[in-house]
Amino acid sequence: MERGDDVSEERILLDHGSGGLASHRLISEVFFRYMGNEHLYGMDDAACVWTGPLTAVSTDTFTVDPLFFPGGDIGSLAVHGTVNDVAMLGARPRYITCGFLIEEGLPLRDLERIAASMARAAQEADVRVVAGDTKVVTRGAADKLFINTTGLGELLLDTPLSGAGAEEGDAVLVSGNLGDHGLAVFAAREGLSFQTPVRSDSACLNHMVAHLLQQVPEVRVLRDPTRGGLATTLNEIAGQSGRDIFLREADLPVDPEVRESCSFLGLDPLYLANEGKLICVVPRRWADEAQQVLREHEAGVNVACIGEVGGWSRGRVILETGIGGRRLLQMLEGEQLPRIC
Amino acid sequence: MIYNMAEKNNTAADLQELSDPGYCRGLAQRLHRMLDSEVSFMEVCGTHTMSIFGSGLRTLFPAGLHHVSGPGCPVCVTHASDISAFLELARTKGVTLASFGDMLRVPGPGGESLKSAQAEGASVRICYSPYEAVQLAESHPEQEVVFLGVGFETTAPAVAATLEMARSKDLGNFSLYSCHKLIPPALEALVANSGIQVDGFLLPGHVSTVIGTEPYRFLARDHGIPAVVAGFEPGDILQALLLLLSRIKSGDPDVDNQYTRAVKPQGNARAREVMYQVFEPRDALWRGLGTIPYSGLGLREEYAVWDAERRFTLSRTGGEDPPGCRCGEVLQGAIQPRDCPLFGRACTPASPVGPCMVSSEGSCAASYHYDLDIL
Repeated sequence: MERGDDVSEERILLDHGSGGLASHRLISEVFFRYMGNEHLYGMDDAACVWTGPLTAVSTDTFTVDPLFFPGGDIGSLAVHGTVNDVAMLGARPRYITCGFLIEEGLPLRDLERIAASMARAAQEADVRVVAGDTKVVTRGAADKLFINTTGLGELLLDTPLSGAGAEEGDAVLVSGNLGDHGLAVFAAREGLSFQTPVRSDSACLNHMVAHLLQQVPEVRVLRDPTRGGLATTLNEIAGQSGRDIFLREADLPVDPEVRESCSFLGLDPLYLANEGKLICVVPRRWADEAQQVLREHEAGVNVACIGEVGGWSRGRVILETGIGGRRLLQMLEGEQLPRIC
Repeated sequence: MIYNMAEKNNTAADLQELSDPGYCRGLAQRLHRMLDSEVSFMEVCGTHTMSIFGSGLRTLFPAGLHHVSGPGCPVCVTHASDISAFLELARTKGVTLASFGDMLRVPGPGGESLKSAQAEGASVRICYSPYEAVQLAESHPEQEVVFLGVGFETTAPAVAATLEMARSKDLGNFSLYSCHKLIPPALEALVANSGIQVDGFLLPGHVSTVIGTEPYRFLARDHGIPAVVAGFEPGDILQALLLLLSRIKSGDPDVDNQYTRAVKPQGNARAREVMYQVFEPRDALWRGLGTIPYSGLGLREEYAVWDAERRFTLSRTGGEDPPGCRCGEVLQGAIQPRDCPLFGRACTPASPVGPCMVSSEGSCAASYHYDLDIL
């Protein structure tokens, strides 16, 4: 019998977080097995890494129900989320750390699957996992598993990108279809099935970003529209830059299946989370070039120019609807609740 | 000529046309040409409210065309005393409350909502269909599952069918709190008592699939107000408004059906049969409109065992609307959302004071989310 097989029958116990032998076994048998490298093998209190003169840092804590969903899991999400946040500043993510908060009783094989998935995601993103931590809490004190990741990355630009950078006349691009992740997780949680299964778009965007920054010298804003969706992130950019953003509904890329399911459930894809999409604001003269570059990447095949930035104002997002009317597109308030029919 | 338009919304191609920018603009231009006086209309369905705001239709209307929302959002018209009862039920030990999502954030008399009760430990579950509540009861025999039946004639037949299923399964731990309401009596109360000044009604498409067009006849016959049953695409609404305008201009009020692809004049007799097998009309308390005779649906005596109102003792304390809240007037079309002093200040979707700001179909929420003029 292989070692992995009897481990697969086990569940996480409080012992695994004690710092003693059980903890060491967990670290070597699960985390080192999948994510091990010279930084981790040292087993010292901290790792040392080289950073350039300016380093982008981002931290995020991930909780998702269910832990596994079509297109990803909490592990890949925890890597993609932080890698993408670092990349959005115009940086090349190099290192990540991860902290696991585990509820006692989590099947060990689930943790293994998640660790393996994190390792794959880190490899794809070309980042090293340089530090980690594990805590186990009693049943009910946490929901199965929370993961915190912190990412460090070298800035590829002289100054980091910011939502305040949008200027009048700039084009607003989005790298692909909206709402896939939010709907996929929602459907997995509620046990809904669609004719064509909807998959999360969870993916690392850093290679696409590096390529874009290489080809397009004047990128004004990069943002990934995660929680709160496109509508919320665009409102942030509009608010930070003090400008109205004008969107064309007809140009917003949404998969027909997602659109139809959302309509049925009373959800709006513009407010659903994306985990593998970016919003890019560029001067109009660079819009075509930027789209061409994004389209060369898997996460950017459905890139679309969806609107433009207006002059100084109160920072609203105004949607030109399909039939040519106009309305506000507000930030998400609370969580979206399905409606009464 | 206008009357033929209703024939033109039945095929898939027609359906596509109903949201086609060119086609809709053409209809809007005809509205502009046709309107030569001030006209106001009321839409009686929350889904119409959403469509009018969300599609940007409002910004395409001619200046003289005024639109007011009516009492067609089921969450909004649910009375404060019922919200109070929901909260009591949620806090009852051993009870799981199953509800459609919209209801969760509606503040009760003390400002508390099912959502806040949930955070304090009450067992509240969001359902997408009443059937899910029955499944919940089956899988949790140790829990009393109470389903909040909120909705109009559209929802009531499905809830009735579900109750019938609970009865056939002899499900002892399932019950229904019925807040179901009927649209025609509310319209009757609105035109007869509240003295609203509207020149026409846009009638609810979904409700009409069940009840047909006959129950609205009194609007034209007794009150001289034309009305059109309308679909929900922007083109549907524009077609219906053209029909309404031509009725107003010709001084020949009647009830027309624009939504012929879904609504038959006689409605759906089978759905009504299921509905009235389980429910019977009773007086109901509406937010903003007060008690309206025979405007609600209560469970018949044979179903008393599944009636949460009879199974639990509920005090329903605090039937008052929150101080300063003018949802009642908004629901009667007496004021526009932005005329309420709380609108956008004390009352926002993040911290709603009244239900019209909560529901995705509420006119205050629609106005807050979509109206370019509010900021």
